[in-house]
Amino acid sequence: MPSVEPLVQFDNLQKIYPVSGFGRKKASLRAVDGLTLSIHEGETLGLVGESGCGKSTTGQLAARLLDPTGGIIRYRGADLAQFRGKSAKAMRRKIQYVFQDPYASLNPRHAVAELLEEPLRIHRIGDKRERKRRVDEMLERIGLEASYGKRYVHELSGGQRQRIGIARALMLKPEFLILDEPVSALDVSVQSQILNLLKELQSDFGLTYLFISHDLNVVHYMSDRIAVMYLGKVVEVAGVDDIYAKPLHPYTQALVSAIPTEHRREKRERILLKGDIPSASDVPAGCSFHTRCPLAHDRCRRAEPDLLPAGSGNRSVRCHLYA
Amino acid sequence: MQASNEETDARLPLLEIRDLHVELTAPRRRLPVLEGVRLEVRPGETVGIVGESGCGKSVLSLSLLGLLPPAMRIREGEIRYASETLPHADEESFRRIRGKEIAMIFQDPMSALNPALTIGDQATEMARLHLGLTRREAREHAAALFRKVGLPRPEALLRDYPHRLSGGMLQRVMIAIALSCGPKLLIADEPTTALDVTIQAQILDLLRKIREEEGTAILLVSHDLGVIADMCDRIAVMYAGQIVEEGTVADLFDSPKHPYTIALLNAIPTPAKKHEKLFAIPGTVPALNERGTGCRFHSRCPHADERCLLQAPPVVTVRGVHSARCWLAAEEGGLSNAVG
Amino acid sequence: MNSRKNVTLWLGIGIVSALLLLMAVSLFYVPYGANEMNIAHRLQAPGRAHWFGTDNFGRDILSRIMEGTQTAFAVGFFSVCIGAAGGFAVGSAAGYLGKWTDELLMRAVDALMAFPGILLALIFVTIFKASLPQTVIAIGVIFIPGFARVIRGGFLQYKEADFVKAARGLGAGHGTVIFRHIVPHVLSSVIVTASLCFSTAILAEAALSYLGLGVQPPDPSWGRMLNESQSYMNKAPWFALAPGLFITATVLGFNLLGDGIRDLRDRRA
Repeated sequence: MPSVEPLVQFDNLQKIYPVSGFGRKKASLRAVDGLTLSIHEGETLGLVGESGCGKSTTGQLAARLLDPTGGIIRYRGADLAQFRGKSAKAMRRKIQYVFQDPYASLNPRHAVAELLEEPLRIHRIGDKRERKRRVDEMLERIGLEASYGKRYVHELSGGQRQRIGIARALMLKPEFLILDEPVSALDVSVQSQILNLLKELQSDFGLTYLFISHDLNVVHYMSDRIAVMYLGKVVEVAGVDDIYAKPLHPYTQALVSAIPTEHRREKRERILLKGDIPSASDVPAGCSFHTRCPLAHDRCRRAEPDLLPAGSGNRSVRCHLYA
Repeated sequence: MQASNEETDARLPLLEIRDLHVELTAPRRRLPVLEGVRLEVRPGETVGIVGESGCGKSVLSLSLLGLLPPAMRIREGEIRYASETLPHADEESFRRIRGKEIAMIFQDPMSALNPALTIGDQATEMARLHLGLTRREAREHAAALFRKVGLPRPEALLRDYPHRLSGGMLQRVMIAIALSCGPKLLIADEPTTALDVTIQAQILDLLRKIREEEGTAILLVSHDLGVIADMCDRIAVMYAGQIVEEGTVADLFDSPKHPYTIALLNAIPTPAKKHEKLFAIPGTVPALNERGTGCRFHSRCPHADERCLLQAPPVVTVRGVHSARCWLAAEEGGLSNAVG
Repeated sequence: MNSRKNVTLWLGIGIVSALLLLMAVSLFYVPYGANEMNIAHRLQAPGRAHWFGTDNFGRDILSRIMEGTQTAFAVGFFSVCIGAAGGFAVGSAAGYLGKWTDELLMRAVDALMAFPGILLALIFVTIFKASLPQTVIAIGVIFIPGFARVIRGGFLQYKEADFVKAARGLGAGHGTVIFRHIVPHVLSSVIVTASLCFSTAILAEAALSYLGLGVQPPDPSWGRMLNESQSYMNKAPWFALAPGLFITATVLGFNLLGDGIRDLRDRRA
């Protein structure tokens, strides 16, 4: 796979917000801070991390809902920032974003059919009849009857709403879909329906997914590879089985050991991290994880490790222990 | 584990819920929310209640402390604490028990604390009320508890306001407050749902430590089967206002009997299911006015027949503490093949 | 929505529709010519021939009230239109563009708001010739800050909403985002503001005309009629009563309508 050009490539991506406060030094909130990552065509890359780690910001940067303050996003080798006007609009057709909360991301005043037709209208695709045909086709594909076209978002269940959110993103036949916590608002029984649907759609349409979630069980189920984020940076990337069976980075190890499962009866050792996640506006110097790391030593407080290849297979880790 | 279960079973239950019915009084009609809930918690035991949103698990935990919202009331049934019946509507008797004997921690610690008062004001309130401590004694008492739940610099924290603390710290504060009168039962309603995974692990670890050191019984309410399995001795699965299955962790995870429990277990993504399709439960939970007279799960159950539609199934004891509310559970080995 | 619970709204609708009906009738029929003088019948008390009596020139008060509805509604409608249009331009630019545009426009709005509205209108009408169009413009300008604030608030609230972000993610241009996704949500609060402004406009016109700076004689205006009735307060109280009642009813009607719509919206939210 390394010889093939990745579909999407984040190169030293940054999103830093200035923070103003009274009587304080000018601070900055480093939401995404030097993120380097590639996503290959047809795969699902899981992006995991805890709140404030920048995973959602990364997704919004990739979808160009936000503009980066530094670094480059390449799509099939081309810098996304160079697309302007018409060509930027054309690029949007290829990259689509599914929101966590379909209730907030779907305009409550538009009926389902209108919501699904809107992407086609924006991009002036087909005439009215053609668009109606494609809306009905999509409704059927996601398992809803055509009569649902007349309903409004508040008349739908959580699962149905998320189906509409996904369908809307698919109307433009994108290649790359960013899924930002698509099932975290749903109950287990509904969650499984949506996960199954996402897997089917991926193989039917040949989609590439960036799957963002805090739920490690869900990410494991969906992903081929997983990237773990901590305070705006990727600390480990590896194939899904490697990550869960033999995590390298101490943070990944703690994360994996913290997954609550009934298999705890097998007495896996639990690693408890001390303290809280530091704020993104006050990132520790050196390795940003050293304040909570059970294995931190002097060097970790002084120098920041790089994301380097480690172990067997195609994995990298940002930790002095493996440098 | 088996041995300790038998030992605790011999003791008198701390909390007994008998045939509890809670109804919602909507304009011009009454809708059942809880229907015939029966549950016991023994001293030092951790019992889990698991179910999806709207199954009534939070209503159950609120009803135990007389904290039901105004539109809901207990229609019938009995809640006994330490062999003493708690009258449904007697605010006074609930107040005597609330905080002192039974304490509660909530999902969102931020909204459970008053943002305008210091943490110290709120952490000392219960000890002053129930234990009659002076302001100064209560502060020392609170500081000791803060140390116990792993909060750094307790004296400084007491002077701080809630918004300055992270979610994980606040939940520790809530736990310390809950422990301030040495309750025998702690009700934890989704205590880690709002927290990150590594913080969740810390809080669960703390609850485990409290159970071991203080011998506090815990009633843990959660939607997360993993958390429940990880923490509890006994689990009750709720669906549409009823407990549909109850048993030990091993009972429920290795030989579930109720089709809903089976479906739920099959719907959770686990590493073993990576390359399979997940089980999807068809349909949705029936609304309060659509529950009907038969089994509440019949419309989504793959094994349902006419009897399930018309007649409410009995609670069948499978073995020991394991029971299921299902017609098929009564028939020997009826569902064992369906266990995935 | 339960109509029993929304008495306010229905009362407002009732009063406003009755007045609108009266205005519509006045376009085709009035009992007497509104400016038709008949000195012989001056200051007659209400009776069969003149329901509301006659004024000091013997003109039929009912006819003048009826034609006065046209003035009142014209002033209300056009001044609200001016206020809403100006407010939309300022408020949407400030809310959507944000940053320094927002700062600049909102400080200007603050300055305009700090100035007493009726004084502003007085100055305006004094500088330019006092007449109906001038009055309408003067009142309309007073409304711009209020509308601008409401519309800016709506834009700020919905600009960052997920569904607006979603539309941008689909490639929607600014026009689509503003008119298809933000404006419909802002509209309900604009309607509430408009109906409250409507009553203020009618009151302002009455006040200006009462001071002799609004609608010029002999055209009928409720405020002007109040002004003219002053000297006859003891001799012919009905002269003042009719325009006073109609001003009160109209203001009440539009205020009830505005509050009713607001309640309806809040309950839905």
